[in-house]
Amino acid sequence: MVHPNPDAGGAGSPLIEFRTLSKIYGTGTAAVAALRGVDLTIDAGEFVAFMGPSGSGKSTAMNILGCLDVPSAGSYRFSGTAVETLDRDARATLRRHYLGFVFQGFNLLARTSALENVELPLLYRRVGPRERHQRAAEALATVGLTGWETHTPNELSGGQQQRVAIARALVSLPTVLLADEPTGNLDTVRSHDIMHLLRDLNQTRGITVVMVTHEAEMAAYASRILSFRDGQLESSAAARGA
Amino acid sequence: MMLWNALLLGLREIRRNMLRSFLTVLGIVIGVAAVIVIVTLGTGATLQVKDQIGSLGSNMLIVRPGQRMGPGMTSTAPAFTVNDAAAITREIPNIVAVAPTNSQSATAIAGNANWATTVTGADNAFFTVRAWSLASGRVFNDAELRAGRAVCILGASVKRQLFGAQDPLAGTLRLNKLACEIIGVLVAKGQSTMGADQDDLVIVPLRTLQRRIVGNQDIRLLQLSVRDAADTDRVRTDLERLLRERRHLAKIEENNFSIMDMKEIMATMAGTTRTLTGLLGAVGAVSLLVGGIGIMNIMLVSVTERTREIGIRLAIGALEHEVLLQFLVEAVVLSALGGVLGIVVAVLGSLVLAHALGVPFVLEPGIIVLALLFSGVVGVVFGFYPARKAARLNPIDALRHE
Ligand SMILES: Nc1ncnc2c1ncn2[C@@H]1O[C@H](COP(=O)(O)OP(=O)(O)OP(=O)(O)O)[C@@H](O)[C@H]1O
Ligand SMILES: [Mg+2]
Repeated sequence: MVHPNPDAGGAGSPLIEFRTLSKIYGTGTAAVAALRGVDLTIDAGEFVAFMGPSGSGKSTAMNILGCLDVPSAGSYRFSGTAVETLDRDARATLRRHYLGFVFQGFNLLARTSALENVELPLLYRRVGPRERHQRAAEALATVGLTGWETHTPNELSGGQQQRVAIARALVSLPTVLLADEPTGNLDTVRSHDIMHLLRDLNQTRGITVVMVTHEAEMAAYASRILSFRDGQLESSAAARGA
Repeated sequence: MMLWNALLLGLREIRRNMLRSFLTVLGIVIGVAAVIVIVTLGTGATLQVKDQIGSLGSNMLIVRPGQRMGPGMTSTAPAFTVNDAAAITREIPNIVAVAPTNSQSATAIAGNANWATTVTGADNAFFTVRAWSLASGRVFNDAELRAGRAVCILGASVKRQLFGAQDPLAGTLRLNKLACEIIGVLVAKGQSTMGADQDDLVIVPLRTLQRRIVGNQDIRLLQLSVRDAADTDRVRTDLERLLRERRHLAKIEENNFSIMDMKEIMATMAGTTRTLTGLLGAVGAVSLLVGGIGIMNIMLVSVTERTREIGIRLAIGALEHEVLLQFLVEAVVLSALGGVLGIVVAVLGSLVLAHALGVPFVLEPGIIVLALLFSGVVGVVFGFYPARKAARLNPIDALRHE
């Protein structure tokens, strides 16, 4: 099994690199090109926002970034490793060790307490029970959910569920945190809370953050904005000062 | 460590989905229990028949006048006589005893209790041929047999019906109008394979029956026991030849009597019981199958439901085989639980039913293992296979699954 090591790439190679990457769903006349020859580069420590109209391919790009899906053509290098050459287990290992994913629809396990949900990635990383509990509790504290550990998702508000999902993504201290519309269902105050949290994680822990958002207000937290249109990248501009 | 994790996750999921787990276990319990109960009772019944064959004790042949015995048969063939019995004893080798008998239904009256039963006239050879001993009292003596005295020996059921726990010896019993002295009580033989009560009879000396109850010299039944089972066929041939001769049958005439081998009859009945057990076993197998399909359904539905869960687990870094191991643990734990509960239910159920039906309780380890294996295999295969399908999806496809 190939075991990619993102730290081995050194300062020279970027953390994330898409080269003429395409994703086509379906076949024949029903085929939809969700991504059409995307080139993008993200360096370690960046905070990048994906923007663009609905259906422009943002989620598709995120899923491929997160190794949840595979490109149809082109290459995706994660810290120098060509992801498309890895087998399923190697990609799972990559996810396990380097990637934290916050889904558009939370995707927490139902009837499972917040703490157990957050513990799950650690369980698959073979972290012992005591450390697991402690780190999960800490992650919940980081997202401001101390005291909610035993609550199950249906007992939590949308914002709280979103924060549990973020806690689950960051509990394993990933190299990259990927968040697909982390503020999609939240009010402005809650959205800003989440953004502060992501910025903190990016600035104090050096976690690379990539997020999808429709709101310019939220994208403003990012250090760079990538705009998608019809499966292609439109422009790449510095968010601040632009 | 990995197995430990899988165990932890599997047990968590079982606890979290109580109803689903309960239904799965229930399906297995029903399947396993049904098959075990049916086969256990069937085995008990077969054994009972075998015991009864054994309880005949000797290699018995039964000779009746007329062709073929059957319900509604009225034979016009002449009855046998005591002389026929004497000739058989005299001329046919390898015979232990010949018991000529005749029977008639009668009402037995003792005090103010009465009971409808059968009176059988026989000599002491009857007890030898039927391997039947007395619980108390004595058999007939020569004087009683020769003179046709009014003495009788009671079957256990008649004794119970008319005397209860009292000792009937030396008391009197009225058979229709004949008052007889009770000289003995037979040991209980229980139900015959046909379900008739073998102990519901009163035995009097043959001559007593002929003269004082029936009023003719007919012998309607000859029962004889062959010394060695291997000789049965020879004795049968000899018997046929002798009786044809004594009944003056011409070469072209058919036998006007029939010889039956008791062993054969019993073997046929044992075979029937076995067939019945097989049939019931098939019913059990069907219930096991239905239980299996139940398990399969629950597992299939739950895995479909849980494809998203599988997607989540894969997305946060679970390997395919880790997810599978968890599902395998769930399936194995539920199947094992169902199997064990099924056995407990089956054993208790069989005990109660065996008691109620008067059948011996014989637990076959083979069927327990078979039922367990089947439910286990069904549980595991159907818990595992759909999970494997789901775990092979791209995580994103599993997550999108609705
Ligand atoms: N599983 C799929 N099967 C077929 N087509 C798909 C699939 N997923 C996405 N698509 C198509 O790919 C295109 C890009 O979808 P994607 O989800 O990446 O858009 P998006 O930019 O995330 O949109 P939104 O802002 O609405 O979330 C769309 O046209 C969509 O219909
Ligand atoms: Mg999207």
